Amino acid sequence: METRKKVVEVKDLRINFKTYAGLVQAVRGVNFELYEGETLAIVGESGSGKSVTSNALMKLIPQPPGIYASGEILFDGKDLVKLTEKQMTKIRGNDIAMIFQDPMTSLNPTMKVGRQITEVILQHRSMPKAEAKQKAIQLIDQVGIPFPEKRYNQYPHEFSGGMRQRIVIAIALAADPKLLIADEPTTALDVTIQAQILELMKEIQKTSKTSIIFITHDLGVVANVADRVAVMYAGQIVEYGTVNDIFYNPKHPYTWGLLGSMPDLDNDAEELLHTIPGSPPDLTHPPKGDAFAARNEFAMAIDYEQEPPMFQVSDTHFAKTWLLHPDAPDVAIPEIVAKRIRTFAEKEAQYND
Amino acid sequence: MINYILKRLMYILLALFVIVTVTFFLMRLAPGSPFANERNFPPQIEEKLNETYGLNNPWYIQYKDYLIDTATFNFGESMKYKARSTNDMIAESFPVSLTLGIEAMLLAIGFGVLIGVISALYHNKFPDYLATSIAVLGISVPSFILAGLMQYFLAYKLDIFPTAGWNGFIYSILPALAIAFSHAGFIAKLTRSSMLEQNSSDYVKMARAKGLGKWTVVFRHTLRNALLPVVTYLGPLTAGVVTGSFIVEQIFAVPGLGKHFVQSITNRDYTVIMGTTVFYSIILLFAVFIVDILYSIIDPRIKLKGAKK
Ligand SMILES: Nc1ncnc2c1ncn2[C@@H]1O[C@H](COP(=O)(O)OP(=O)(O)OP(=O)(O)O)[C@@H](O)[C@H]1O
Ligand SMILES: [Mg+2]
Repeated sequence: METRKKVVEVKDLRINFKTYAGLVQAVRGVNFELYEGETLAIVGESGSGKSVTSNALMKLIPQPPGIYASGEILFDGKDLVKLTEKQMTKIRGNDIAMIFQDPMTSLNPTMKVGRQITEVILQHRSMPKAEAKQKAIQLIDQVGIPFPEKRYNQYPHEFSGGMRQRIVIAIALAADPKLLIADEPTTALDVTIQAQILELMKEIQKTSKTSIIFITHDLGVVANVADRVAVMYAGQIVEYGTVNDIFYNPKHPYTWGLLGSMPDLDNDAEELLHTIPGSPPDLTHPPKGDAFAARNEFAMAIDYEQEPPMFQVSDTHFAKTWLLHPDAPDVAIPEIVAKRIRTFAEKEAQYND
Repeated sequence: MINYILKRLMYILLALFVIVTVTFFLMRLAPGSPFANERNFPPQIEEKLNETYGLNNPWYIQYKDYLIDTATFNFGESMKYKARSTNDMIAESFPVSLTLGIEAMLLAIGFGVLIGVISALYHNKFPDYLATSIAVLGISVPSFILAGLMQYFLAYKLDIFPTAGWNGFIYSILPALAIAFSHAGFIAKLTRSSMLEQNSSDYVKMARAKGLGKWTVVFRHTLRNALLPVVTYLGPLTAGVVTGSFIVEQIFAVPGLGKHFVQSITNRDYTVIMGTTVFYSIILLFAVFIVDILYSIIDPRIKLKGAKK
């Protein structure tokens, strides 16, 4: 385990947007790292900066209005922030590929699906067109679409949503990327299709050594796919750890909130769906202190004064809350979250039997 | 597809019938007659002329004759110019108008798309402002004013182009520009907004995420989708170029069909009016028809109605 290769390391990334209303600080000092073959899930509410972070890795933030205010994105040891647009085109689609949220709009409606796949192959590999076509057909087959030869010559509107997302995945895999960024790849799909797509992604990960950044606002999906989890709030990572750390030993009140608001399909739905009260702060004027303080029932005086540092919980587990400070009072996990955790444990035990 | 085409051809025939009928009754409603121009004929001669051309018959006989003549494309002789059949006049002047029209359309589409693409690519930067200003200018200045201005400055003052007439390619440039300018402006605005809309769409972002260069993305992905609305505009563009030619051909003394059409109306030259009207109608109806077929070729999502797979 010690010799695993580090694929990505993001250090103190800050992304701002210049708007008429002022400077939006969309990403405010994000740090994480990702090893070969590992899946990192980034979880958080809408507007927490997940998409901006993932687009930033690909340098797909439009500039203007976007500004890379600070930080480094080390990919294979190379800082992507410093690369020119031309150098980036060699990395996009080739070393880093992306899967977008809505398969209904992420394919070109007037181009045959096959060509949308071979396009990537031909862009990054020198091979005859016929060979690229063979590879594309093989990819269509690999992502589980029947009659790949026939499908190769069809247009996106001839595919269902789930099938289109499979095509998008085939496109992403076309050049054997080292890093795959999936920005809510299942949000736009219905539940059964969601499960199929997740299954497919897990399978891909097993067969290739691709690292995956999986963005979602659904913690339920995370447990299925991720090795590690980063919980994002208001442009910052507030808790970071392995799946077990986050699900069995959550430390940040925001993570508690997320766990508490997970719909529990097995329960008799007698208990109401819990939500986190309030709404995320305005990122043009991020609040002083802890950005989550206003929505935090355990907030202390210091939360309104000073931003908490990342406290280390264990080798793999970090959380950004003053509750972890040695002087902070002991706060027990809310009962409904504790109950959730017990159900996870039971389910896992059942599963392992 | 065959089914669809047949159905459309039926509609075209129906439309032609309506147009011929309406033209016929409008002509009857309009005061004056082909022979009531400057010279005053003695009543006997006028009577004789009316008889020769069947203008004394009751309206339904005239109407029937018109329909038969139209259906056989036999529009008869001009009532104004001796021994000139309408068909000859069309055959003689149409090539001139066609050349002018095609030139104008190419200019309108070429410049329009170019300006539109440039302003979209440099969105909210100087080239965008410049291109948009030119486009707005083009849309708002009527073609006859532009024609007059160009004639005065470019032809008369600077003597770069001939002032008027029709004697080779150089003579066609100013009239074609005059017709094309406002359409180019319109196409530019259309292309710009459509490009901007496509540019913010997911598949363009996806194309960038594939590692394609900026220009490859534009030419391979954005442009084709962005041009769909422009293709829709080709129908109205044809109509605009045709009607534009009426005035511009007059101003530049181009011996085209548009000039004949306008003159035939002032002269109440019934046969020529009828002939040119039917001819123009056929062209316009087919232009719209061709645009629809073109659209279905460019956009695979469009299945022509009646064309079952
Ligand atoms: N081009 C832009 N201009 C201005 N602000 C932007 C721009 N793109 C993103 N933002 C802002 O950045 C913040 C983070 O947005 P982001 O899209 O990353 O959220 P997200 O976590 O992906 O949410 P969702 O779950 O809805 O996708 C938002 O407040 C958004 O308004
Ligand atoms: Mg998002």
